[in-house]
Amino acid sequence: MIIDKKKIIDMMGKGLRLDGRKADEFRKIKVEYGITKSAEGSSRVTLGDTVVLAGVKMEVAKPYPDTPDQGGLMVGAELLPMSSPEFESGPPSDWAVEVARVVDRGVRESHAIDVKNLVVKKGELVWNVIVDIVTINDAGNILDASAVAVLAALKDTKLPKLEKDIIDYKAGLTKEKLPVKELPIAVTVYKIGKELFVDPTNDEEKQIDARLTVTSIEDGSLCSLQKGGESPLSVEEIDKMIDIAIKHAKSLRKDL
Amino acid sequence: MSYKKRVDGRKFDETRPVEAEVGVVKRADGSARFKIGQTEAWAAVYGPRELVPRFMQNPQKGILRVHYNMMPFSGHGNRVRPGGNRRSKELGMVIRDSLLPVINLNDFPNAVVDVFIEFPQTDAGTRCAAVTCAAMALADAGLLMSDMVSAIAVGRVDDKIVADLNYDEEAFECDAGVTDIPVAIIPSTGEVSLLQMDGITTKKQLFEALELAKDVSKKLYEVQKSALKKKYKVSEA
Amino acid sequence: MSELKTKEKTIVVPGEILATGMDYLPSYGTYREGDHIRAGKLGILNVDGKVLKITSISGRYMPKRGDTIIGKVIDVTMNGWRVETNSPYSAMLMLKDASNEFIEKGANLTRIFNFDDYIVCGITSVSSQKLIDLTMKAPGLRKLRGGQIIEVNTHKVPRIIGKNGSMVSMIKQATGCSIIVGQNGWVWLNSEDAKMELIAIETIKKIEAEATQSGLTDRIKEFLEKKTGKKIEATVIHNEQQEVSQ
Repeated sequence: MIIDKKKIIDMMGKGLRLDGRKADEFRKIKVEYGITKSAEGSSRVTLGDTVVLAGVKMEVAKPYPDTPDQGGLMVGAELLPMSSPEFESGPPSDWAVEVARVVDRGVRESHAIDVKNLVVKKGELVWNVIVDIVTINDAGNILDASAVAVLAALKDTKLPKLEKDIIDYKAGLTKEKLPVKELPIAVTVYKIGKELFVDPTNDEEKQIDARLTVTSIEDGSLCSLQKGGESPLSVEEIDKMIDIAIKHAKSLRKDL
Repeated sequence: MSYKKRVDGRKFDETRPVEAEVGVVKRADGSARFKIGQTEAWAAVYGPRELVPRFMQNPQKGILRVHYNMMPFSGHGNRVRPGGNRRSKELGMVIRDSLLPVINLNDFPNAVVDVFIEFPQTDAGTRCAAVTCAAMALADAGLLMSDMVSAIAVGRVDDKIVADLNYDEEAFECDAGVTDIPVAIIPSTGEVSLLQMDGITTKKQLFEALELAKDVSKKLYEVQKSALKKKYKVSEA
Repeated sequence: MSELKTKEKTIVVPGEILATGMDYLPSYGTYREGDHIRAGKLGILNVDGKVLKITSISGRYMPKRGDTIIGKVIDVTMNGWRVETNSPYSAMLMLKDASNEFIEKGANLTRIFNFDDYIVCGITSVSSQKLIDLTMKAPGLRKLRGGQIIEVNTHKVPRIIGKNGSMVSMIKQATGCSIIVGQNGWVWLNSEDAKMELIAIETIKKIEAEATQSGLTDRIKEFLEKKTGKKIEATVIHNEQQEVSQ
C-alpha cells in the first residue's frame, strides 16, 4: 500500500519500482501444461505471485443455422474469491467480464482456432471449444497471465472420443490435438502519471491512470486492442505502448 | 456374486494416494491443498474480517462461512456451469457444520471467517476432501481451534465395506448396489461432525463403515499434521 | 505423573497433546481436556515453568491494549474519527484523546485528521466485543506525512523491531530512512533518497522471510553493508532506542 501516488511516479521516473524491477520488466513467468485430468486441455500460469488456471472443455452440438460449417469458441473467466480479499462470490463482476472478453477477442480475431476446422458433420454436428479462466492468487496483472494461460490450455487440448455423435468420456482422449494456428499474446501496458510500465503488482495496479491491452500475433500484426482506465492516452503514448507490447509478446511467446 | 476385487485394485480399507500442502495461496490468511486420487481440493481462508451486511453481525460470536465451488473444467465428464447450484449450497452448509465444533467463534465477535473451497479436478469424495483441506487452511490462518477435522468417504460396494470410493466405484453396477457414506471425525474425541449416506445399508454395515472411517481418518490426521508442520519447519529458533 | 509430551519450541497443531497430568497449566492457545493439555492453535510451544502457551506464527493481527499501531482514518464523525487497524475491527479515536491542544466545539475535524490520513496511535482499550479505543496523546504518536506504507506479517514484527529496537535502528542508520513499525503489521518508511527507501523495504522483507532462522542479525548487517556500501558501527546498535515503544 502506498501513501503517496506521487511517490510511485517519482520512483518510476528514476527507474525504480517497489520490487526492484525496471518499468519495462516482467516478473518471472512459469507455464505448466495438463494440470487437471478433468479437462481436455489445461494450463497453469505463474507470473510472479499471480497464479491463474485455464481449462478447456470440448462439447459437440448443432451449429448455428447461419454458420453450418463452423464450430464455436467461448472464453469465460471467474475471478475466484479465494484469489483476493477484494473478490466476492456471486455473478461475474465488470472486471471478470472484461478479462473474459478481452482474452476471447484476442483468440477469436487472430483465428488462433480455425472454427471451420471444428466441423464433425456439416450442418449437423460441430465442436464447441469452451475455455474457462480461473484465478488462484491475484498479485497483479491477471489479464496478461490469463491470456497466456488460455493459449497454453488450447495448445494442450486433445479431442475427446466421439461415439455415435456423443462424447465418450470413459474412452479417454484421442491423440488428435486441437489445431492452434496462431499464437496471440496479450500484453497490457499501464500508465501512471507520465510513466509507462508493464506487469504491475497489486499496489501499482491500484494507482494506474490508464492501460492499453495489445494482442499481437507472431509476425507482429495487431489483432485486438482494449483501452482501460479513467485517463485518456495521447496518440504518441499509444504508439509507444504498442511497441512495448509487441516486444514483450515476442518474449512471452518463447515461454509457452 | 461378491465384490472380490476393487475396480482399481486397492485393498478394501486402502485410500487412494494422498498429497497435502499448506500455504498455497499467498494472498489468503490461510490456505491448503489436499489431493486424494484424482480429486483435488484447494481451500483459502480469509478472516477473521469485517462482516457485511452489518445486520448479520453477532456481538457474541463470529460467523464461519464455507463456499464450495467446482471449477468449470473439473467435472467428471461435462463442463460444470459456473455459479454454484443447490448441491454446492448444501455442501457448503454440511462442510461448515463439520468444522464448527472445533472453531472458537467467541474469539472474533462481529466478524466472519470465509473459507473458499475450489476443485480443479474431481473423482468422487469431494466433500470429504474439502473438509480435510479446509481444516488445514483454518489452522494455517491461525484460528483458535480445539482440534483438526479429518474426513473420508466410506461405503458399501456390493457386499464389501470399503474406504474412499472413486467415481467408478460409486457408479459400480451390482445387485446389492452401492452405498456412499461421507464421514468427518474429530481426532481427539472420535466424535462425528459430518455424516451422510446415499443408498441402502443395514445398521451393522453402517457401524462397520464408521469403524473403518475412524481408522482412516487417523491416518489423514497425520497427513494434515505433517503438512502444517512442514510449512513452518524452516527452523524453530 | 505429569509429563511434557511435546518438545518446547516445536511447531504444534490444533488438538496435539502437549502434556499429561495436572501439574501443567494451560495458557494462551492451549486448553485442558481431562488429563491432557492440548494445543488450541497452530504455533510454537512455549514452556515457562509449568505454564504452557502458544506463540502465534500465522493469522491476522488482533488488536491488544497497549499496542502502538499505524492506523488509517476511514471516517470523520461528530465525536472523532474511525480508524482502520489492519484487523477485523476498526477503532475509534475520540476528540478528547486526539490532541493535547484544545479542540474547539464545531471545529472542522478534517483539518486535524482527514480521510485516508495515516496516524501512529496507541490502543488504550479493547472490549470483549472488540470495541477499540485509541489515543494520540503520548510521545511519538502523530500524523504521518509523505513516505509510504508496506504491510508485513504481524507475527514477524518483534523480529523486525529487534531487541530494544536494535534491528530497526540498524536499518535506519544504514539507509538514513525514518521507519515506524506498527504492531499491526503496517510499517511506515520515509526518505529523501528513493534508492535507500527501497533498500530498507528489501531488508524488512528479508527479515520477514528469514525471521525464524538463527544468526539473522549478522546476516542483515552484512546485507545492509553490501547494499549500501557503508559499514555499520556496532556501538550505534546498542545505544539507539526505537522512537516508539514496542
